[in-house]
Amino acid sequence: MTTDVIVQDSHDEHHDDSHEHGKMTGIKRWLYTTNHKDIGTLYLWFAFIMFLTGGAMAMVIRAELFQPGLQLVEPDFFNQLTTVHGLIMVFGAIMPAFTGFANWMLPMMLGAPDMALPRMNNWSFWILPFAFAILLGSFFMESGAPNFGWTFYAPLSTTYSNGSTAFFVFAVHIMGISSIMGAINIVVTIMNMRAPGMTYMKMPLFVWTFFITAYLLIAVMPVLAGVVTMLLTDTYFGTSFFDAAGGGDPVLFQHIFWFFGHPEVYIMILPAFGIVSTIIPTFSRKRLFGYTSMVYATSSIAFLSFIVWAHHMFTTGMPLFGELFFMYCTMLIAVPTGVKVFNWVATMWRGSLTFETPMLFSIAFVILFTIGGFSGLMLAMTPVDFQYHDTYFVVAHFHYVLVTGSLFSIYAGAYYWLPKWTGHMYNDTLSKWHFWCSLISVNLLFFPMHFLGLAGMPRRIPDYALQFADFNKWVSIGGFAFGLSQLIFLVVVIKCIRGGEKAPAKPWDGAIGLEWTVASPAPYHTFSTPPPQADIDQADQHEH
Amino acid sequence: MTNKEYESYYVPSQSHWPIVGAVALFMIAFGAANYVTDLSKDQSGYGGYLLLAGIALVIYMLVGWFKDVIRESLAGKYSHQMDKSFRQGMSWFIFSEVMFFAAFFGALLYLRVFSVPWLGGAGNNAATGAVLWPDFVAQWPLLSTPDGTTTTAMGWYGLPLINTVLLMTSSVTAHFAHSALLNNNRKALKSWLGLTIILGVAFICFQVLEYSHGYSEEMRLFLDSGVYGNTFYLLTGFHGMHVTLGCIMLIVMWFRILKGHFTPENHFAFQAASWYWHFVDVVWVMLFVFVYIL
Repeated sequence: MTTDVIVQDSHDEHHDDSHEHGKMTGIKRWLYTTNHKDIGTLYLWFAFIMFLTGGAMAMVIRAELFQPGLQLVEPDFFNQLTTVHGLIMVFGAIMPAFTGFANWMLPMMLGAPDMALPRMNNWSFWILPFAFAILLGSFFMESGAPNFGWTFYAPLSTTYSNGSTAFFVFAVHIMGISSIMGAINIVVTIMNMRAPGMTYMKMPLFVWTFFITAYLLIAVMPVLAGVVTMLLTDTYFGTSFFDAAGGGDPVLFQHIFWFFGHPEVYIMILPAFGIVSTIIPTFSRKRLFGYTSMVYATSSIAFLSFIVWAHHMFTTGMPLFGELFFMYCTMLIAVPTGVKVFNWVATMWRGSLTFETPMLFSIAFVILFTIGGFSGLMLAMTPVDFQYHDTYFVVAHFHYVLVTGSLFSIYAGAYYWLPKWTGHMYNDTLSKWHFWCSLISVNLLFFPMHFLGLAGMPRRIPDYALQFADFNKWVSIGGFAFGLSQLIFLVVVIKCIRGGEKAPAKPWDGAIGLEWTVASPAPYHTFSTPPPQADIDQADQHEH
Repeated sequence: MTNKEYESYYVPSQSHWPIVGAVALFMIAFGAANYVTDLSKDQSGYGGYLLLAGIALVIYMLVGWFKDVIRESLAGKYSHQMDKSFRQGMSWFIFSEVMFFAAFFGALLYLRVFSVPWLGGAGNNAATGAVLWPDFVAQWPLLSTPDGTTTTAMGWYGLPLINTVLLMTSSVTAHFAHSALLNNNRKALKSWLGLTIILGVAFICFQVLEYSHGYSEEMRLFLDSGVYGNTFYLLTGFHGMHVTLGCIMLIVMWFRILKGHFTPENHFAFQAASWYWHFVDVVWVMLFVFVYIL
């Protein structure tokens, strides 16, 4: 088996697209597909559509908050918007986008012909649009959409529910089934489909982060299914899990929810670490600094994510021992996270850096994610959290890690692999516009939220006291600018699919990895036979 | 790796089963949500019918999908590596099921160790107990809730003990069936598997009987009888649903064995059903200890 043969294969397939084994045309191709690249594309487009939908809701929220008083929407509808905005961005945008990356890239990075369980792969994608159809459909029902926050705390979602709880619960069940099947597929693919000679410690760090993320998903999505089931029976079948009158406790809800919820936030950031750890070495023209320590740091973060959940609940009146335990464990997470940040910086140290758009987004990621990490450390301190809890400081914190963290890494990854996906280079000027507009507006959007929170502005309210007016105006302006900037990305992607400069197999000269040994665009089927050992050794991210 | 011949990995061509399954799941979820919502408003609607149609469609999808897989397997399209994918997939699926039960066991432990004692004034909650429900006595099983619902506890002797013996025996017979398959002793395989299925069905029947005792006027142990009834019915109920599913898997395996499927080397489906059966058995042992005995 030599490289020539692979290139030959891919060359043939590229010219023979429509006639080759199993590729249908039209809508059936997408409905019936078992191809990891098709399914990856579906995931990515779905995620982007959901991102724009959730973003539109955020625009309405920011328009209402532009000035004090109630201008545009009723308070109850405002609550529905904040709830569904959160649910969509978490379960509909960030998570499916990462699954899209996993689908597209894992088989190519591992030298595998496809995902391990291709039909189930299709199923786990196609149930997602239906789940969001139910969730979004509830806007048009008598009850209205869920209005109890994306964290759906009892008793807001039980005793005081507007009647949307059942639709919410069953939609979440389907999202959970989708995530679990997707995660099982990722784990099995990585454990069983690595090309001969690719040992675990030779896998790209990207693969490692998805591996660990998938474990987290399999472990905690069933817990989410359990808690929404208890919510359903509490609301409709008279159980009292979260009702003290029957012997239960509303705080029990928060414990189970955050036992899912904290690993969940790492599910949304570990893949980002993987993407950035791929891109920074490429444009620094060096190997990743401390590959092995990155693997151990990622594993440590995953382990710690299971024993820090109650730091979301410092104000519930936990016993003092609990407050201290969860405070110290939470602070401990800063150690492996610091290892990662220092490793990225050390990778860039004395490298020959160039600033292509993926690199710009990655560097912004490192700096801005670190800001989000630091505000997380502040929130981890029990005594000060008593002041920060449920204020805009929390909103600022998690938007820094999720927007300038996860979302920026998704953009970085999208620009990095667009040439591989489409066969064309993206429009460089427009992509730079996208980056700079996003960078400036996102900080205008989220940075003043820190001050608002510290000054005591509570989250999840449609109206606020006068003294918060100035900051809120700037935040809203930043919000609209950030929202508009994302449309540039849509234009870049569509232009890139339709044409543009032809991309070579390896458009980035510092890039390593098996995905660059196949043609651009990647042929419909890749690695039907495993890659040669020399290619695998070349793709090794360790420093030599 | 150079001198080892490479087995090609079977990537199936397009399949319409996943999209059928997606529509079916949508019908189940949307139907169930409508049904439950209507129920809470004392209305009747199409929800129940949609739910039933969804379940029917899911069964149709599973039969069709598995038929394709069995056909491919019998045609020898599956390599050793594919077999490993299936096995690992099933193992991680069972792990996800373990975590599902963990949520309910976690709730049970929290209620027993924290919330019920706190309602009685334990820890620093003396004022809570005195102000909210001064007459409430913290105990487990919680036979009298703070708002005054009373019930009785289900003992561990009698039916639950019989059921424990039945299910643990069935785990052993399932193992004997697997050994018989490995030794290519088809007659013993059929007998042991048949016995396993009988024990499983007997378990389900006794469980139904036990529920009828719980819902009788003497016991008054209902789903909404406070957190004792809640945890009792949700834990044993979800376990019972899993036993039923496991039984269906075993019955399908029995018919496949009658048709001559499976060899000592190649029997993933049987292995998966048997793993699943051991899993429901282990969950039952946990249930017996934490729900019935302690």
